[in-house]
Amino acid sequence: MINKLVVENLKHRPVRTLLSVVAIGMEVTMMLTLVGMSRGMVEEAARRARGVGADIWVRPPGSSVIGFSSAPMPEKLLAFFSKQPHVVLATGTVTQPLRGIESVTGIDLGPFTSLSGGFRYVAGGPFQGPDDLIIDDRYAEQNKLQPGSSVMIWTRKWRVCGIVEAGKLARLMVPLKVLQDLTSNTGKLTQIFLKVDNPKNTDAVIASLKKEMPDYQIYSIEEFTSLFTVANVPMLKEFIGVVVGVSVIVGFLVVFLSMYTAVLERTREIGILKSLGATPGYVLGLLVRETALLALAGSVFGILLSYVTCWLVFKLTPLTQHIVPDWWPIAGGIAVGGALLGTLYPGWKAVRQDALEALSYE
Amino acid sequence: MSDAPIISIRALSKIYHVGDVDVQALRGVDLEVARGEFLSIVGPSGSGKSTLFHVLGGLTPATSGAVVIGGKDLAAMTDIERTVMRRSTVGFVFQKYNLLPTLTARDNINIARHIAQNPAETDGKFQEVLNLLGIAHRLDHKPRSLSGGEQQRVAIARAIVNHPAILLADEPTGNLDSDNSAAVLGLLRDLNERTGQTVLMITHNPEAAAYGHRIVQMRDGRIVS
Repeated sequence: MINKLVVENLKHRPVRTLLSVVAIGMEVTMMLTLVGMSRGMVEEAARRARGVGADIWVRPPGSSVIGFSSAPMPEKLLAFFSKQPHVVLATGTVTQPLRGIESVTGIDLGPFTSLSGGFRYVAGGPFQGPDDLIIDDRYAEQNKLQPGSSVMIWTRKWRVCGIVEAGKLARLMVPLKVLQDLTSNTGKLTQIFLKVDNPKNTDAVIASLKKEMPDYQIYSIEEFTSLFTVANVPMLKEFIGVVVGVSVIVGFLVVFLSMYTAVLERTREIGILKSLGATPGYVLGLLVRETALLALAGSVFGILLSYVTCWLVFKLTPLTQHIVPDWWPIAGGIAVGGALLGTLYPGWKAVRQDALEALSYE
Repeated sequence: MSDAPIISIRALSKIYHVGDVDVQALRGVDLEVARGEFLSIVGPSGSGKSTLFHVLGGLTPATSGAVVIGGKDLAAMTDIERTVMRRSTVGFVFQKYNLLPTLTARDNINIARHIAQNPAETDGKFQEVLNLLGIAHRLDHKPRSLSGGEQQRVAIARAIVNHPAILLADEPTGNLDSDNSAAVLGLLRDLNERTGQTVLMITHNPEAAAYGHRIVQMRDGRIVS
C-alpha cells in the first residue's frame, strides 16, 4: 500500500518528478561520461600503441606514459639500438602537441611500414611531398576531409594525401624530417620503437638496454600498454574525484529542494496520515521510498543517457567514450546516497510536523 | 447502548501558548460518554469544542485533567503512544473530508487499514457499511471526481474501517449542501444504530445536533448543559 502511495504521489506531480529524475540522471551521466571518456582516452592510446607492432618502446627519462612531451632523445640513438644483439629494426617518431588533446606525429614512413606492417589506406596513399598529411578515418569523418583536402596546422597548409584505418600510432601523421625541422627538433625523437628477431628475446634485450641506459624508460609492448590506466594519467584520478564530488552535491541539492517542496506541498497530507495513526517512521519511510524511487529512475535514465553522450562524443569530438557497466552500480549508489542525504532534512521536518497544524494547512 | 462509559473526562483543561499569550481553550471539562452513544457537542466559535475534539482524538495533549478512552488514559501517553492509539481507538471525520488526493476512494480506505497494520481485506460487515454509505460503486474514483457528499461518505468509511472505539466528527456537514448534510447525518445515525458505533459530533448547527441521542452545550471552554 505504501508503495502505491509513493507511486501515486510521484504520478500526481509529473513535472516535479520528471525534473528530479532528469536532474539525478544528469548527475549519473556526468559521472559515467567522465569515467567512460577517461577510459576511452587511455584505452584508445593503448590500442594505437599496440598497432605500432614494436616489441620494445623506449621513452625519454622522466616522461609520463600518456603525455605530449616533445623530443628530448637524440636521433643517433637509432644507430646504437640497431647494433644491439637481436634488434632487427629501430625507428622513432616525434610527437608535437596541437590543440587540446590532439597531436601531430612525425614518422619515417619506410621503417615504420616495416615495423607495423604498414597502414591500411581507406583512401589516398603515402606521403608524396613535404606538406603531405596522413590522417585516420575517424579524423577524416569528423572533419569531413578526403585526399586532396587542405588542413591548416599552425600556420602551414598541409595536403591530405592518405586516409588510414584508425588504431595505429597516431591520428595525424606528417614526414618525420619536416616535423623535426618545423618544431626545431632536428635530430631528435620523442620515442623509439624496436623490433627484435624473436619475441622470446625481448626481455633479454630490455635487460641489456637497461644496463646501458638506466635513466631511460624501456618497456616491452605488454608492459607499456599495461601502464595505460586512469591512475597513470597525471591528475586524472583527482579530476574524476572532484567531478564525482560535484555530482553528489548537485544530486543532494536537487533532491533536497524537490523533497523540501514536496513536504511543504503535502503538509496537509502528512497531517492526514498522522491523524490516521502514521508514526514518524511511517512518514519518513514514505519520503525515503519516494526519494529512492526517484534516484533509481534517475540512475536508469542517466545510464541510458550515457549511451547518447557516448555517441555524441564519438561524432563530435576527437575523444572516445567507453560504456562502463562496472560503474553503473557505483554511480547509481552515489546518486541514491546523495538523494537520501537530501531527504534527511525535509524528512525530519515532515516527521516533526504537528498533526494539528498540518491538518489546518491550506 | 451499554451503561459503561467509553469516554471519561475529568477536569480537563487545555492552554495554548500563542506568542506571549496563553489562551485557555478548555477550563475543567467533565464528561462521560456511554458506549454506543451518539453525542452532539454544540457551541459557538471559540467555545472549545474543536479543542475537545483534538484532545479526544489524541492530536494534542491535555494541559491537565484525565481523558480515558476505552480504559486507556491519554494523559499518560507519549506522542507516539497517542499516534498508535489513533489507529484503532479513534476514527476522524473532518469538515474538509481530508482524503488523500492522490489515492482512489478504495485506497483512501485501505491506507487506514495499512497504517493500523490490518490486512487490506475487509470483512463482510464492512461491505454492508459501504453499501449503506452508498459509495460501493465509486470506490475506484479519486477524490477530485467525487462530490462533497461522496467524499464525506468515503471519509466516514475510512474512519470506521478499523472498527474504532469512537468516531469523532468535526462539523461533518460544514461543507455540504442541505441534501447532502441530511444524507451524511442520517448515515452517521444509521451507523450508530446498526453497528453500535459510538459517535461524537461537533457542530454549531442545532438541526444537525438533533441527530444525536444527547446534546452537550459548550461555552468559553466549559460544558454549560
